[in-house]
Amino acid sequence: MTEEKAAPASGSILVVGGGISGLTTALEAAEVGYEVFIVEKNPYLGGRVAQLNQYFPKLCPPSCGLEINFRRIKDNPRIKVFTLAEVEKVDGTAGSYNVSIKLNPRFVNENCVACDDCVEVCPVDRNNEFNFNMDKTKAIYRPNEMSFPMRYVIDSSVCKGEECGKCIEACKYSAIDLNMAAKTINLTVGAIVWATGWVPYDATKIDNLGFGKYDNIVTNMMMERLAAPNGPTKGKILRPSDNKEPESIAFVQCAGSRDENHLPYCSYICCMASLKQATYVRERFADAKIYIFYIDIRTPGQRYEKFYKKIKEDENIFLIKGKVAEVSEDPGSKNITVVAENAVTGEKIKQEVDMVVLATGMQPATADTKLPTEDLQYSEDGFIVNDFDKGGMFAAGCANKPADVVTSNQNATGMALKAIQTMVKR
Amino acid sequence: MDKKYSVYICTGCGIGDALDIKGLCGVPEEEGVSVKTHSFLCGKEGVEVIKKDIADEGINTIVIAGCSRRVNYDVFKFDGCIVDRVNLREQVVWSHPRSKYPVVTEEQKDDGIHFDSLQMMAEDYLKMGMVKVEKIDLPEPYQIETFTRKILVIGGGVAGISAALDAAKAGYEVTIVEKEASLGGYAAKLREQLPVANPYDGLIPPIIEEKIKEAEANSSITIKTKTMVARIAGQPGEFVVTLKTPGEKIEFDVPFPLPEELKVDESGKEFDVEKQFELYQEYNKGKLDILQIDPNGEKFGAVILAAGWRPYTPEGDELGYLGLGKIADVVTNHQFEQIAAKGKIVRPSDGKEAKSVVFIQGPGKGDDSDFDFTGSVTSLVALKQAKYVCDDYPEDGKAQIIYQHMRTPGLWENFYKSIQQEDGIFLTKGDVVSVAQSGAMIAVEADNTLLGEKIQLNADMVVLATGMVPATADDPVVNLAYRQGPGFREIDLFDGYCDSNFICFPYETQRTGIYAAGGVRRSMTIEETVEDAVGAALKAIQCIESVYRGVSVHPRSGDMTFPDFFFQRCTQCKRCTEECPFGALDDDEKGTPKPNPTRCRRCGTCMGACPERIIGFADYNVDSIGSMVKAIGVPSEDDYEEPPFRILGLVCENDALPALDIAGMNRLSYSSQVRFIPVRCLGSVNVIWIKDALAQGMDGAFLLGCKHGDDYQCHFVKGSELASIRMEKIGDALEALALEKERVTQFDIAIDEYDKLPELIDNFVKMIVELGPNPFKGF
Repeated sequence: MTEEKAAPASGSILVVGGGISGLTTALEAAEVGYEVFIVEKNPYLGGRVAQLNQYFPKLCPPSCGLEINFRRIKDNPRIKVFTLAEVEKVDGTAGSYNVSIKLNPRFVNENCVACDDCVEVCPVDRNNEFNFNMDKTKAIYRPNEMSFPMRYVIDSSVCKGEECGKCIEACKYSAIDLNMAAKTINLTVGAIVWATGWVPYDATKIDNLGFGKYDNIVTNMMMERLAAPNGPTKGKILRPSDNKEPESIAFVQCAGSRDENHLPYCSYICCMASLKQATYVRERFADAKIYIFYIDIRTPGQRYEKFYKKIKEDENIFLIKGKVAEVSEDPGSKNITVVAENAVTGEKIKQEVDMVVLATGMQPATADTKLPTEDLQYSEDGFIVNDFDKGGMFAAGCANKPADVVTSNQNATGMALKAIQTMVKR
Repeated sequence: MDKKYSVYICTGCGIGDALDIKGLCGVPEEEGVSVKTHSFLCGKEGVEVIKKDIADEGINTIVIAGCSRRVNYDVFKFDGCIVDRVNLREQVVWSHPRSKYPVVTEEQKDDGIHFDSLQMMAEDYLKMGMVKVEKIDLPEPYQIETFTRKILVIGGGVAGISAALDAAKAGYEVTIVEKEASLGGYAAKLREQLPVANPYDGLIPPIIEEKIKEAEANSSITIKTKTMVARIAGQPGEFVVTLKTPGEKIEFDVPFPLPEELKVDESGKEFDVEKQFELYQEYNKGKLDILQIDPNGEKFGAVILAAGWRPYTPEGDELGYLGLGKIADVVTNHQFEQIAAKGKIVRPSDGKEAKSVVFIQGPGKGDDSDFDFTGSVTSLVALKQAKYVCDDYPEDGKAQIIYQHMRTPGLWENFYKSIQQEDGIFLTKGDVVSVAQSGAMIAVEADNTLLGEKIQLNADMVVLATGMVPATADDPVVNLAYRQGPGFREIDLFDGYCDSNFICFPYETQRTGIYAAGGVRRSMTIEETVEDAVGAALKAIQCIESVYRGVSVHPRSGDMTFPDFFFQRCTQCKRCTEECPFGALDDDEKGTPKPNPTRCRRCGTCMGACPERIIGFADYNVDSIGSMVKAIGVPSEDDYEEPPFRILGLVCENDALPALDIAGMNRLSYSSQVRFIPVRCLGSVNVIWIKDALAQGMDGAFLLGCKHGDDYQCHFVKGSELASIRMEKIGDALEALALEKERVTQFDIAIDEYDKLPELIDNFVKMIVELGPNPFKGF
């Protein structure tokens, strides 16, 4: 082999956020040869996509790609993962940052074998936020069956603590430690990639669309959980008020997005998401009718266009150009009536349906809470604006802009290189 | 290596409660292999036991019987040791409760009627694990003979220049080849462009000039204009590239494979290998074979394909109904940009100021689609070009956009809103019905879909928002000297775009070391292109560094093994060359394959394809899996009155195996008569394993793997599809043996369909039971 000097740089990269973008940045950088730390605030990796039933347009399960990514982590000694972790403070400059990371207690140590004995004895229920509170878990739980790392966690806000201690007794492997305390660690890294992701826009803020007021109005992210085999209904799509199989569903597009009172931008994914969710319903209920109310259908690119074309061929799916103005509930049947202006005919149309899905948009996680560093700039809407000339810190995926998974991963792959460049400069 | 074996059995997680551990220990003991048990093997103490044996006893070949290999991966990692994990937890005791599979009592033992199916299963799996470690070796990384970190970028437009700059900034040397006389590509032909940064409003001057200057000033970047790739030979880390001037004909121009119709004689019979090679040479007259390496070729480690796009050219009279080609002042958005780049917008017909322009976004005729190859770019371009009209004629310019869906996704909404502020721009949702000359003007008629009435517009000019055709739709561009052909395979799935089929892995490529960026992948704005280029540069660098370390790239990233060929027994059937999803093999004129290990992704499809079974990996080969199959105990009527059935399940480790694990974690129960063996990909399944299974009396076999078809989920693209074809063929062979072909089949399963697994497995077993036992059993 000819003499070639080693790779042009070395150093460590911190990736904040273990969703699909963060995982991508971390893995792509680590597979070049860099040391990478992933800091994730949840007790598991995977972020938003872990909650999705299927990806559009392939209709394949996100857990498939996550499994490969988790295997890449397992096989790569250069990656270190911290779950239940938050960045507290960042000092220093590009090339040499000092980062304080708070590790919150899991109350379950590495002895955990994921046998489930603890869950059987735990007397306390908690709302399962992974399923948008549509079901419950015990105070000790595993976030989902594919969750990585494969370890249980205790929700200390509801756990009765030592006085109960049933799980401690049940655990044959001394895996439970209720005295576990938070601790802070310090890392020195050359570059930081913020992949802090997004939160679904709070639908209760959209007064006219009845979310939170009427049982049978759910958000698109809730719909993903309802359709997921590991969701609260084991993949059966049932309407919340009476667990009935819905015969008609309305999708309300731009629920909050493209709206100066809420999110002024387009959330990029909601059109494709609703078209995809229409297939969830059609696959399950042969006669169900679907009404999609939209301003513009945004299905950019050949592959999305093809998907849209296929949906249009379905005689049970009605695409209606018009923005939904109001919703109301029939107190008896709990059915919802959607009122929209049909843009084609100009008339006001009313459609009564069993269930409504609000295609709520994405808001950057940094919209309300800013990150613990002075070195980042934000757009008016709270997205992190990248400054490549300055370097050192970068936003990847939906922390930077609303995007689908493909685009987020493209972006996140690139941010791995931007981080590497930071270390070459020194 | 001199193997020193030891077996460790974990009795925790219910394993010890459900199984006769003493009996299980008998399996290695009978072989004279040391065995230890521990009630919590993954705990500190348990691991210490193993570590101590490694240190004190020199144990280096270890079988750990406990939980799935998907868990405690980091705990049971011992450097320099061969380790195999036997899954007694998820796959045996958690999925087969004692309530359903009871232990046999003392009286029932040896009565020729009763047997303990669970214990049998555990013992089988342990035997399989033990024989596997016997048959495998620790891999050693593949080292190529020459190596370079240089990167070749094909295309000097905004994608190519961006990729080059980003790779150079990371410390890599880059050569850009551009077929035109100057850099810049389409981005250099614009009057103004869409914004590239927050807040995404208004237009900006083209950014390409700055980028060209930056690239020209960068000492790590070599620029070759009026240059194109004649061929790329070799493999990642040592690609040998021949460059040439466009139009030039040289002997290193890449040859094309012989078309299928020329491979056969008049009667339809395929010519032999030598004759085919002769015909292939005739077909490629003047060009040297792919295995002729250009001695003057330039070496590169990886390639970025940034060849861009061309404006869509309507076929014949395709858009004649919209006036294109018939009315001089009806133009495409591309032609409009050319006019705008020259100065004020004027009509092509008479040079008169074009103060009123209608922009048409889609083909109309009741179809709400945009034109082909448009993505969301043409919506944005129409908004941009509309603004040109207002800028040129601030007093009375009027731009009307007739559209069905304004495609300005994400933050492009800001741009849309900023353009809507312009007084002279009008947006109408509509379906264009006709475009006709009307005196000095053009009359556009449309159905206004907002108000439900017909609208009539008069304009000086009409602009059709046609799309961006990827360069790869016309030409392979990369001109690979690969036996499978010069281009990317099966890009017609993506209409000629060089795109990845994987949502999660957008830079996945079927040609290792070659990564596409920009308009060749999807219709993109300049902003999106610049961003895409960074990712492609990263992937090129990553491939180079992986080659340097002697490991595979995604999806088996870090895998040190590579296929090894025992050529003495090769019969030159060419199947490995033809079936490899990544074109890693090139055969010579006789049909003997030449491996290119750094192109290889280690899926083992070649190993599955080889009828002579001469291809294998250090830790995964025909013998290792075959021996596992043979280690499965097949009870016959000599043993029991009604012996249990034995069915082989070969499971793809990427999706199906995790699904099986999750079924176990959920305590879902399925037949105890199946024995599973994980495989790298169904493509790697060699039919000999199935034949062996049936020959030793097993009653059936099935493959469990990823979905194939257009939306394939197979991580190795073709593996599960190729396996399904092989299974079809094996069915015919079975019938020749008077065995029902239903005894062998393949199931598609997605990773989240674990809940469907029990029924699927049980139904297959039920069907086999109905067919009855394999008649070869006991022979």
